[in-house]
Amino acid sequence: MKFSRSMILVSNDPDSQRLGAQDVYRRFGEKLLELGLEEEVTLAPITDIGRHDALPLVIVYPEATAYGPVTVKDVDRIVEEHLYKGRIAEELLAPVKELSGRIGWLKARKGASPMEKKIVTRRVGRIDPENIEDYIAEDGYQALAKALGQERAEISATLEKSGLQGRGGAGFPTGMKWRFVAGTKSPKKYVVCNADESEPGTFKDRVILEGDPHSIIEALAIAAYCVGADEGYIYVRGEYQLAQHRLEKAIVQAREFGLLGKNILDSNFSFDLHVHSGAGAYVCGEETALLESIEGKRGEPRARPPYPTTHGLWGKPTLVNNVETLANVPPIILNGAEWYRSFGTPSSPGTKTYTILGNVNFRGLIEVPMGITLREIINIYGQGMKNGAPFKMAQTGGSSGSIIPASLQDTPMDFESFRKAGVSLGSGALLICDENNCVLDLAITLMKFFQFESCGKCTPCRVGTERALRMLTAISRGEGKLEDLDTLTAIAQEMEFASNCGLGQTAGVPIRDTLKYFRAEIEAHIRLGVCPAGVCEMTPEPEKV
Amino acid sequence: MFNVAETPSQAGQAPSATGQAKDLTKIVEMAVEKHGAQPDAFIPILLEINRDYGYIPAEAIRLARKMLHQPEEHVLVSEGQLYGLASFYHMLHTEKTGRHVVQFCESAPCHVQGGRELWKAVQQTLQLKAGETDPQGRFTLKTVSCLGVCGVGPVMLVDDDMYANVTPEQLADIFAKYE
Repeated sequence: MKFSRSMILVSNDPDSQRLGAQDVYRRFGEKLLELGLEEEVTLAPITDIGRHDALPLVIVYPEATAYGPVTVKDVDRIVEEHLYKGRIAEELLAPVKELSGRIGWLKARKGASPMEKKIVTRRVGRIDPENIEDYIAEDGYQALAKALGQERAEISATLEKSGLQGRGGAGFPTGMKWRFVAGTKSPKKYVVCNADESEPGTFKDRVILEGDPHSIIEALAIAAYCVGADEGYIYVRGEYQLAQHRLEKAIVQAREFGLLGKNILDSNFSFDLHVHSGAGAYVCGEETALLESIEGKRGEPRARPPYPTTHGLWGKPTLVNNVETLANVPPIILNGAEWYRSFGTPSSPGTKTYTILGNVNFRGLIEVPMGITLREIINIYGQGMKNGAPFKMAQTGGSSGSIIPASLQDTPMDFESFRKAGVSLGSGALLICDENNCVLDLAITLMKFFQFESCGKCTPCRVGTERALRMLTAISRGEGKLEDLDTLTAIAQEMEFASNCGLGQTAGVPIRDTLKYFRAEIEAHIRLGVCPAGVCEMTPEPEKV
Repeated sequence: MFNVAETPSQAGQAPSATGQAKDLTKIVEMAVEKHGAQPDAFIPILLEINRDYGYIPAEAIRLARKMLHQPEEHVLVSEGQLYGLASFYHMLHTEKTGRHVVQFCESAPCHVQGGRELWKAVQQTLQLKAGETDPQGRFTLKTVSCLGVCGVGPVMLVDDDMYANVTPEQLADIFAKYE
């Protein structure tokens, strides 16, 4: 596995290119080779650097040092001083006053590198997911063996110390949840893996399940031992047939190897697992709806409290964790909490998988330390905006995330910073939209999704999504009134405060965010009768026959 | 997505590989036998029936309830409860579908990556709106929430076949493969 200690970003926008950035980039490559640093240092071009003076700009991580303007002759000095001797080449630094403002993000990011670091996806694509021996050869089931030799409380304490937070979107501290379930007194408990991944734009769990199914089985076995459960379910969404197939195969193999079943590794600990298929319902990703669904009922969320930690599956204490959360567990048990805390930010340790989608040059899944910024993701991993069109907004975390305007793209993406900025990290989907997208059109698409997926149990969500969708559609057809915006705000608030579960509570977010950041664009639809992006039809729907 | 070659049903009855109408009783019996008669098997049983028969007719619900309702085992279930499941979950159909089901991903990522234009083209090519089946019973058009392959969107499923990075120009050729 390649691990670089430093990363060099060279600005590569048209202005920088005109000023010789490509030669600078080439020279960096040569110089690194010369000094034999090519294995230790990653070099990457970055398109939109966020400032247009001091170009070409060079940023070196993890120190987050900005050099600029950099010429070919400066390259040797930067490499020799900074990367070889570990001293900052003071005289080449970009003007200090410019470090505030638009690239103030560099300071916030100091100490954490935007380099890819694989923890949960480290085996994906490297092992044969249908062969348990491949998994075992890559340290598989060692964490389980280690955990079985530990006190139960020690395991949840390690997780608490590691700072692992739930990766399903809410960010609840995992170790604490384990401790709650472990603390309940019940002869029967369950552990459940939530693999009902249905957030639009999210496929991290599918990649883990399809590429490394045993890691989830191992994590569930550790969880079951820690909380005192003997039975577990993996609830996989119905559309993920390959993931189900691989999990079932993996479970059979684990049983054959004595890693599931009675007396696992001669420890008196017994545990077995079922794969349970969903049948197409987004709301079943909500943990209580998921439990209802396993029990053979409609996937309608329960009223909480009581929480599943005390009253879960069949009324018994139940631990429910997301796939990505669980995939973090074996490495933490094996390497310790300190190791895990060395990645990411102090308040959000570890890595996070993101799916980069939309109008960028590269789309796909990455795993990076927590705290990377959106600008870095778009430019380093997304390889810049498609056709060079300006970035307009990003939609994070599937439908229930936030719409992030360009002004917030330098906020470090960790749970705490996002909470402060009033946006949600969600499940890690990053839908990048350029200026050819209409924010109203996006809001309609999201609202359509909520309206379609609302389970209908509680009124604010069932009625609110329908009304909001109609109203937004009317605006896109040039039939909106200004007072609709107030009504929409009220609907969004009512859904947020009065809905029973996360679906309804977040269904108003697209309305809230569009009106907060893009109100003028929506008002243009109403006041001027035009769609500034040229997307909406702005004509009344033809009479229905 | 389902690994069943003979899924599509034909005007009124679901033909099996041998051309004979499938025996609904047998399908239900086999599904119950495979998954057991406990509450956590209800949804897998309905999925199985849907897979084998193409959809879940009222008769299947009646048959399944008879087999699943066992007061002596403390498993209580009504027909309404089973119908409630069949109508709740998107992968279960209570109405007969066309021979081929086109599922178009309508979620935001596909929408932004060209799905907006493609959806209009699909409706136009098939002359159908979401939820409709053509009079010949050839295609049923449905929208579906994110299929989790957004990296290659826009995405469309025709029966079990996934089409990715679809452009409006490809549609005619794609649909021509399905009779």
